Amino acid sequence: MSTVATAHADEHHGAPKGITRWLFSTNHKDIGTMYLWFAFTMFLIGGAMAMVIRAELFAPGLQVVDPQFFNMMTTMHGLIMVFGAIMPAFVGLANWMIPMMIGAPDMALPRMNNWSFWILPVAGTMLVSTMFMEGGGPAFGWTFYAPLSTTFAPASTDFFIFSIHLLGFSSIMGAINVIVTILNMRAPGMNLMKMPMFVWTWLITAFLLIAVMPVLAGAVTMMLTDRHFGTSFFDAAGGGDPVMFQHIFWFFGHPEVYIMILPAFGIISHIIPTFSRKPLFGYSSMVYATASIAFLSFIVWAHHMFTVGMPVAGELYFMYATIMIAVPTGVKVFNWVATMWKGSLSFEIPMLWALAFVILFTIGGFSGLMLGVAPVDTQYHDTYFVVAHFHYVLVTGALFSIIAGVYFWLPKWTGHMYNLKLATFHFWWSVIWVNVLFFPQHFIGLAGMPRRIPDYATQFADWNMISSIGGFAFGLGQLLFLYIVVSTIRGGEKASTEVWDGSDGLEWTVPSPAPFHTFATAPEVR
Amino acid sequence: MSEAHGGYYLPNPSPWPIVGSVGLALFTGGFVNFLHGGTKLVMLAGVAVLIFMLFGWFGAVIKESESGAYDHHVEKSFRMGMGWFIFSEVMFFAAFFGALFYVRMWAVPWLGGAGNNLYTGELLWPAFESTWPTNGPGDVGGAFKAMGAWGLPAINTLILLSSGVTVTLAHWALKKQERQKLNLWLAATVALGFLFVGLQAYEYGHAWNDLNLTMGSGIYGSTFYMLTGFHGLHVTLGAIMLLVVLFRSMKGHFTPDRHFAFEAAAWYWHFVDVVWLGLFVFVYWLI
Repeated sequence: MSTVATAHADEHHGAPKGITRWLFSTNHKDIGTMYLWFAFTMFLIGGAMAMVIRAELFAPGLQVVDPQFFNMMTTMHGLIMVFGAIMPAFVGLANWMIPMMIGAPDMALPRMNNWSFWILPVAGTMLVSTMFMEGGGPAFGWTFYAPLSTTFAPASTDFFIFSIHLLGFSSIMGAINVIVTILNMRAPGMNLMKMPMFVWTWLITAFLLIAVMPVLAGAVTMMLTDRHFGTSFFDAAGGGDPVMFQHIFWFFGHPEVYIMILPAFGIISHIIPTFSRKPLFGYSSMVYATASIAFLSFIVWAHHMFTVGMPVAGELYFMYATIMIAVPTGVKVFNWVATMWKGSLSFEIPMLWALAFVILFTIGGFSGLMLGVAPVDTQYHDTYFVVAHFHYVLVTGALFSIIAGVYFWLPKWTGHMYNLKLATFHFWWSVIWVNVLFFPQHFIGLAGMPRRIPDYATQFADWNMISSIGGFAFGLGQLLFLYIVVSTIRGGEKASTEVWDGSDGLEWTVPSPAPFHTFATAPEVR
Repeated sequence: MSEAHGGYYLPNPSPWPIVGSVGLALFTGGFVNFLHGGTKLVMLAGVAVLIFMLFGWFGAVIKESESGAYDHHVEKSFRMGMGWFIFSEVMFFAAFFGALFYVRMWAVPWLGGAGNNLYTGELLWPAFESTWPTNGPGDVGGAFKAMGAWGLPAINTLILLSSGVTVTLAHWALKKQERQKLNLWLAATVALGFLFVGLQAYEYGHAWNDLNLTMGSGIYGSTFYMLTGFHGLHVTLGAIMLLVVLFRSMKGHFTPDRHFAFEAAAWYWHFVDVVWLGLFVFVYWLI
């Protein structure tokens, strides 16, 4: 049947029709679109939970929800944003962009690509459904420390466990696909050190995913057997150790942090050169810095556990190793700034978001340095300072990069330019309110307000109210983002092939909107 | 039929992934239901759907492969995919080995008062002396005996190592186009694999009934059954993979330079072999 290989070689089918186009899809663009919409849906659900949290914290005392429900909100907000919004959004961008950036006809394993996606709605539904079960959903924090998640957890925790298993399957299959696509599907002439930075960062991210998602699966499996099959992994009476749960969780959890930020670095490394009309400064140092960050991410996990009672030698080691991460991260920030140096800058929407990313992510990085110092972390641990820190890296870092990426590539995907006035408004609205939302949390954290508590002492009242106002406004602004994206899909000014004045890369050589199949024949890369 | 893009085979839209998702939903949801005293039927239906999906999906892939749709470029994708999948499995076992090392090196000695944990021992469990194997200061599950290394486990080690040899002999036979020998050595490998699983099941019965070593025997029972249990599951899966390869070989599939399925199953087989060596040393031997 060699006819398969020859007879249809030049045929270009359009998109299939009907619901099976999505259910049975083997097309990286359609699957990427589904990932992005799934992520946005989860972002709205997780965002609604954040609104509940900020409503409760608007004033001291208990007024909106009871403490158990509040704990469920913080837990589910974290889980949904991490596993449902940020990670799938990056995989969606990877699906759309990696094949186009490396000149491949599709992802290497298209059917598995579909399965990676279609596990997500099952896992997401299972996770969200726990909230409506008897005893409520998970309320032990997104880190689900034992014994809160074993001995003292609600019955629905078993659904949570399997939903984590499923999310793990999805991530591992997605990551295998990304690695194989990048290593095996590049256009002739594109050697590794010519790869676009988004591709590089995703290659390393995918490696991290394959290395740590199975460890998380192991952790939840041990939870399951502790809950139902009499094992004592996290029970000291049987010779196990609840602290061991934290070690295993954070061995996953710390690389996970970089899983959510390395692709962001990649996106920013495309946007800044484009609107500086200069190639990225220090490309190879950027690659090595990414790899160094990934390596270091495996050996710093216990800095999340400085107050747990480790031997002092352990605390010192984890402190020094953690602070070392500042070096490669500093290289990156330096390179972005150096790229702009003497560039011919223009401030289109993606560039605005990218600049906000560089500044605000760096603030998050600095508060991370403070937290990495063991003796002072004893003071900061489990306060709102930690909450402020990781929201600066995850909201103004990861999320801002995703929004920047969407504004950067949306014209390529849809063939239309979005409404610039609305998009500019969306940027300024978001960037102002996100700081009103999170910056005061540094103050109340340093003043001693603990995280994951629905009530607080009255001296924290003013900044909490300001933070809540920022939260409501920021949340509202993201509905505008939805409107902008939907109206851009529906219509708008036609986008050119290059879209941007300084655009560089294979993805800008295909027409806008990108046809259903791109690079049927591999392009030659100089 | 499907489109070929620059030679790289891209499959048409496929129903199998979504069938797999339905199977996973039924299986996991049904399993939780079963754990909480509900019926087994949903879980079993999930297993049935997953098996149906495996037949359908692999069946489609085998058909495409036999029709000559895959070139070396596609095969390289499969090869890399399998390699990285095995790496993910290595990390899955690493979590349990990590737990074993952590409790033996730190958690259990600390419970006995080692390091700066004198008061942990004195105040919480004054009578506890750190030893291995242990079921902890709470004597969880009651007195038990550990599984010795030099009985069945040693024999099982020999069996798995021999199966590593036989699968290599099968590979050589495939490369030399000696189909008879290929089938024979493959059958021997599958037989050794299932023999291992059978002996392991027998050993479990002995441990559970005669030694009072159960999953509930504190941290020793936990790590013992978690590690050997998941290993046994992986041996079973590997043996099934090799069995499928054997059936395909009997139907005349595979050529000396095109036999990805054989190689994938063989890699997987060596992987479970290596995991077993780790188990034999750290779970059975060094106690």
